[in-house]
Amino acid sequence: MPIKSYLAHPQRGKKEELIQALSALQECDVLPSQNEEVIVVVTDTEDEDHEKKLRKKLEDIDSIKLLAMVSGFNTPQKK
Amino acid sequence: MFTSLSNRRDFIKKMAKLSAITAAATMFPGILFAEEQEQGLPKGANLDWKKAPCRFCGVGCGVLVGVENGKAVAVKGDPKSSVNKGLCCVKGYHSVMAMYGEDRLTKPLVKKNGTYVETSMEEALDLIASKMKETIKDHGKDAVSIYGSGQWTIPDGYVASKLFKGCIGTNNVEANARLCMASAVTGFLTSFGLDEPMGCYEDIDHADVFVLWGNNMAEMHPVLFSRLLDQRLKRGVKIIDFATRTTRTSMAADKSILFLPQTDLAVANAICYEIIKNGWVNETFVQKHCNFSKGLTNMGYGLEDKYKFSDKPEAVSFEDFKKFLNDYTPEKVEKISGVSAKDIKYMAAYYGDPNKKVMSLWCMGPNQHSRGTWMNNLIYNIHLLTGKISTPGNSPFSLTGQPSACGTVREVGTLTHKLPHGVVMKKEHREFAAKIWDVPVENIDPKPTYHTVEMFRALDRGDIRFMWIQVTNPMVTMPKLKRYRDGAKKEGRFIVVSDIYPTPTTDIADVILPSAMWVEREGMYGNSERRTQYFEQMVEPPGEAMSDTWQLVEVAKRMGYEKQFYYTEETHIEEIYTEYRRHHDNKKHNMAPLEVLKEHSGMQWPYVDGKPTKWRFNAKYDPACSNGEEFHFYGKPDGKAIIWQRPYEPAAESPDSEYPFWLNTGRVVEHWHTGSMTRRIPVLHRAMPHGYVELNPGDAKRMQIRTGDNVKLTTRRGEIVLPASVNERGVPAPMQVFVPFFDENMLINDITLDSFCPISKEPDYKKCAVKVEKA
Repeated sequence: MPIKSYLAHPQRGKKEELIQALSALQECDVLPSQNEEVIVVVTDTEDEDHEKKLRKKLEDIDSIKLLAMVSGFNTPQKK
Repeated sequence: MFTSLSNRRDFIKKMAKLSAITAAATMFPGILFAEEQEQGLPKGANLDWKKAPCRFCGVGCGVLVGVENGKAVAVKGDPKSSVNKGLCCVKGYHSVMAMYGEDRLTKPLVKKNGTYVETSMEEALDLIASKMKETIKDHGKDAVSIYGSGQWTIPDGYVASKLFKGCIGTNNVEANARLCMASAVTGFLTSFGLDEPMGCYEDIDHADVFVLWGNNMAEMHPVLFSRLLDQRLKRGVKIIDFATRTTRTSMAADKSILFLPQTDLAVANAICYEIIKNGWVNETFVQKHCNFSKGLTNMGYGLEDKYKFSDKPEAVSFEDFKKFLNDYTPEKVEKISGVSAKDIKYMAAYYGDPNKKVMSLWCMGPNQHSRGTWMNNLIYNIHLLTGKISTPGNSPFSLTGQPSACGTVREVGTLTHKLPHGVVMKKEHREFAAKIWDVPVENIDPKPTYHTVEMFRALDRGDIRFMWIQVTNPMVTMPKLKRYRDGAKKEGRFIVVSDIYPTPTTDIADVILPSAMWVEREGMYGNSERRTQYFEQMVEPPGEAMSDTWQLVEVAKRMGYEKQFYYTEETHIEEIYTEYRRHHDNKKHNMAPLEVLKEHSGMQWPYVDGKPTKWRFNAKYDPACSNGEEFHFYGKPDGKAIIWQRPYEPAAESPDSEYPFWLNTGRVVEHWHTGSMTRRIPVLHRAMPHGYVELNPGDAKRMQIRTGDNVKLTTRRGEIVLPASVNERGVPAPMQVFVPFFDENMLINDITLDSFCPISKEPDYKKCAVKVEKA
């Protein structure tokens, strides 16, 4: 069950749009900075397969300029 | 483990979020994440934010403490602090909660007929002073002792040293930093003649490669590790984790290399061999700035009482050193260490590449090592041979684990042989200290007495009768603990413990004094990069709790030392710090004045002409350099650093047919050391409520052990049962197990070995032989 954190950098002038898009994804916790053009995203998915699919969804968001992974943890699956 | 998975997942998500915030803060200094930082604050709160260094580890993050109605209610990272640039780790964010545990000690307790009875602070201090005088009268001055810690503030340690060494005249002053960084001190002293790193955290912004020597930075120094990860995002730096166990650091590193316990000695020598063989030596640097030496070998391991060892350094030539290294070719070392010759050459190539700046980082791995001084020397050897030292990004950097291990233990000198400036063995150093302390020079004994392990042995034997323990928990941390616990409980011993919560150490006390914690009093800490940081008193301590400094001052006055302890209660911290600065009034160690510390988020020493010194021994940055050369290792009489010839020698105890596994001990990110504070913070306690034993998955499968099963560990000292952890956070190598030491209900140190480095006297908590069975 991977948990990963990213820094999402929006396209110029699209920070609010990006916050909206990220917030719409159930697997994402979104924490925007108040004074910089960067958003912390924490993802929590069932398994590697779901993680890959989510990553694809994130990369496909138009308002995203760069998605940089900061940390990744893989926890044991809940039985 | 017993942690519920939902709690664990929440915790991990929080860690992931904090890592990302940390990375963002290094990219955008001053960045704000108000939602996260103000989470949990009282609604409509009107907080007064005041700066302080964090209470926990040696990184020394700057924090802002939010105070409302006399209570500290929130913490956020200080964006003005160059250490953490506004970030905190999970312990830092929750640090104020450690002040408000339900069982906080608020009244002095005196043991009467086997029961603790509340008393007044006046009465308790009177009793302590009279017991000390009585003990000195009956058994001599060396029968009284004080044992403090790297959590002592600078004034705490200073008055302890002044009272015991200067006034009473005993060198029975030790601190728990002996258990965590004494090998770093002796490593610095033997290689450079002066303690503490030449570089600073800013090296992280310049280095191209980071080699972590037995250092799980992701868990132990998470804010600094986030700075490494951020540099990887920005500049593509490489992180190499060189360790005995796979950890979160290994998983985050670009390369993880595992070695067999104790064989880091051989691998370090093999790296030197490769550097020389491939012509990567910076010959001009070595010729101008280095000497070569060797010391005694087969020193033993300090297992017997009253063990003594003095090294006998002997000059050798570069040619002798090269011959010595012929025993350490990568191919030969591969057989000892389990590290492939290819991986040894891989590490050596980075150190040898003149176009790569390399930072080595280490903490407990090389320090808690039966050849800890040698390991520190060997890492310096690599940097000295290549000239990669004392310049931005080229930095051998020894990290510390406590907020003032450097500031109080190493700089104030709260170890048996030390004085604030210099050592007790040197007449001129004793004279200098005696003058400032206003005591006859004859008061200061020229002979060191007991290092920490031997001090507790002396307590057991009865050579020490009185011990005052402040702000540390030795009845959890001492190796081969049972002997020392039983010794402390013997008839005729009198133990005083100053702390903020009940612990296994208060259990052995005759008097328990409630202490004021962190921002409940005024003080200073000194972090790993020579940064001294001031904090003001922000809230009142509970009940009769009193700062450790003032407890000592009150007892000193009661013992008749009013002249030396002239301080007034309102201004004593300023008076003590001003007096302390006089010991370091020189270009090599000058401390910043108090008004400067109050204004800034700490200041690095040497502080000369109104400026901190970021890189010592480099004439471009360090005004103490005076030899007219680019570098000046002025801690040594001839201004040269020493490259030491230090061999590989086995550990004190290795696995055998009866005890076939290695036992390694250490820490976890949720808890700070013995957990006496962090286990009272609900979110941290829930995330990691119990100790456990990590097994290699292959071993666990063979022994039919699954996570949560009880496992019995047996060593020659005793046995303990712990729940198993398989393939969870850390993964030990085959035939090795790992146990964290934070859980006072599962005292792993009951079965560890009290072997130590003969030079530093620091115990080796990382290696002993153990039998592992499913319970």
